[in-house]
Amino acid sequence: MTTTLVLVIAMAVLFSCGVYLLLERSLTRMLLGFLLLGNALNLLLLIMSGAAGKPPVGKTAEGIADPLPQAFALTAIVITFAVSAFLLALIHRSWKLSRADEVEVDEADAAIGRDRDDPADDDPEIDTDPEAAQREEASR
Amino acid sequence: MTWLVPLLVLVPLLGAAVALGLLRHRKLQRTITVAVLAIAVAVAGTLMVLVDQHGTIVVQVGGWQAPYGISLVVDRLSALLLTVSASVLLLVLLFSIGQDLAPNDEDAPVTIFYPTYLVLAAGVLDAFMAGDLFNLYVAFEMLLVASYVLITLGGSEQRVRAGTTYIVTSLIASAIFLAAIGLVYGATGTVNIAQISERVAGLPEHVQLLLHTMLLIGFGIKAAVFPLAFWLPDSYPTAPAPVTAVFAGLLTKVGIYAIIRLETIIFPGPQLNDVLLVVAVLTMVVGVLGAVSQTDVKRLLSFTLISHIGFMVMGIGLGSVVGTAAAVFYTVHHIVVQTTLFLVSGVMERIGGTTSTRSLGGLLKAAPLLAALYLVPAFNLGGIPPFSGFIGKLGLFRAAAEDGSPMAWVAIGAGVVTSLLTLYALMRVWDAAFWRPRPAAEAAAPHVSTAEPHAHLRSPEPAPLTVSEETGEAYHPGGSTTVTDAPHASSASSPATGQTPAVEPSAHTPLPRMLVAVTTVAVLGSVALTVVAGPLYGYATRAAESLESPDRYVQAVLGGTDE
Repeated sequence: MTTTLVLVIAMAVLFSCGVYLLLERSLTRMLLGFLLLGNALNLLLLIMSGAAGKPPVGKTAEGIADPLPQAFALTAIVITFAVSAFLLALIHRSWKLSRADEVEVDEADAAIGRDRDDPADDDPEIDTDPEAAQREEASR
Repeated sequence: MTWLVPLLVLVPLLGAAVALGLLRHRKLQRTITVAVLAIAVAVAGTLMVLVDQHGTIVVQVGGWQAPYGISLVVDRLSALLLTVSASVLLLVLLFSIGQDLAPNDEDAPVTIFYPTYLVLAAGVLDAFMAGDLFNLYVAFEMLLVASYVLITLGGSEQRVRAGTTYIVTSLIASAIFLAAIGLVYGATGTVNIAQISERVAGLPEHVQLLLHTMLLIGFGIKAAVFPLAFWLPDSYPTAPAPVTAVFAGLLTKVGIYAIIRLETIIFPGPQLNDVLLVVAVLTMVVGVLGAVSQTDVKRLLSFTLISHIGFMVMGIGLGSVVGTAAAVFYTVHHIVVQTTLFLVSGVMERIGGTTSTRSLGGLLKAAPLLAALYLVPAFNLGGIPPFSGFIGKLGLFRAAAEDGSPMAWVAIGAGVVTSLLTLYALMRVWDAAFWRPRPAAEAAAPHVSTAEPHAHLRSPEPAPLTVSEETGEAYHPGGSTTVTDAPHASSASSPATGQTPAVEPSAHTPLPRMLVAVTTVAVLGSVALTVVAGPLYGYATRAAESLESPDRYVQAVLGGTDE
């Protein structure tokens, strides 16, 4: 299978930029990263269809361009389109709610981190019953 | 009877379109959704019987013969999972209708819920039947896009945040999967699973390894196996209870199904089996340790979900007929039980007002039936003997013992520890939410009772979480239990801070009848798995046998016959 080096390099660049942007906290950058990633994937599918320059239709199956990867790419484009529309709606919603475009820290996760620094806070289920503590102390 | 197969995708999709058109007629919309899923259950059940009697059913969509057309393949594994998931989808739908009918519930599904739910159903059912990788990708996207909408339902701040984590992770998984499909096509010139299976052996070793690993990572993120599972407990618990239930039951299992297909038919060799076993052990242990440290019921259940995915991966990683059979049985068991537990937690949230074990209490008196409904699936998940969880785990351990390699024995050990810790985590919830008397829970937090009047509207509770193993035992009234051996009296002097008060379960919040009825059916269903365990295990074994000889699958698809 022969293919153009330019296309491969373009795909690699798109991929790396896409992944980099996806790792950002800002939702808009994530969206851009996702779009780049989608294009990189479409290019990859196209590269897999073999050398360029073959006719799209012909009398026999020999020698014509492979239509299947093109169909894949088309489907992938549609899906990317739908998901980006949804992401845009999500970004809009996030902006309306918090006037911020960033993914926030998960509260429950952060709480675990906070607890580490606070040895005074012990098991809740025991704390909640002062009587049991008294009973235990009396038994000592 | 091949015309039955496409119905499973077509009917939900058409139903979704009709339901979307009926946004203003909620009653009609509801009826249509229930009818559609009832049809799906009937069709899937019929297929399950037919496939067992007559062998794999293959439908070439549009009459284009494989490998050119799209094939829908229903073999025993597919048929079994189709039936179970269609039933679970129907059950959870009824639960959500029960929530809908109740007044003043912020979690009540909005009108968009039903059409989206049907698209999700179509995606899940299509994924179980896909005969080529690209169709599998499309099915994944269908269910994922629907799940994006469902997880951010209502668009509250919490859900948008949790949804973002989920969506971005899923997008990356899909991207890896699509890239893998592109590479598979480049290497083999086909995306038809049967044809890939034929051609893959001719590829150089390193190309095989690359394709195999990429597909495994893509599916692994969906299935939430250990290093790729951290998105799950962050995102699932914030969604409405029925949504979490169906996600927990089905979405991760779609990933597991894809891994089973990958390991048995696409790459049947033992190339990555050791990796899978290591991943299985880590998934089990890390998942359950996460569960032990949680105080929110929904988060805790999400962690047990991850940990039990490890059991299924373990069965797959053994790479034998008995191992795969046990994994298939365990998958069925886990779909039902995990969904049931999430439904129960939904009812607990409704009655108790929160899912935090810090604030719940006294539910045993307030709702004795609910207590029983929680206890049965909890025992089931933990693997107490009469239940299907025990049968599944026993099957897995026997398969591992038969394998006999050191890694398999490590997996058995990890499995036993995981079962015990699962039981421990679930019983901690039982102690806190049901057994502990109500006043004790309230007495501890009188000073904050007015601070956050709407605290119960948020979930999960942003409460500080620490539970050490020694002091994790909950309060035991009247000293009726003597398990506690840790000297925790000293720590009891400091009252907990940051507690959120729960809504008092009293007479003015009566048991939501429909919710309880549906949950009861789910619990009975999970118990019924024990009753039919013999035939079911037999079915799983036959499914595994046909999976472990990929030639049969290839012949069924490419030969174009029904045998």
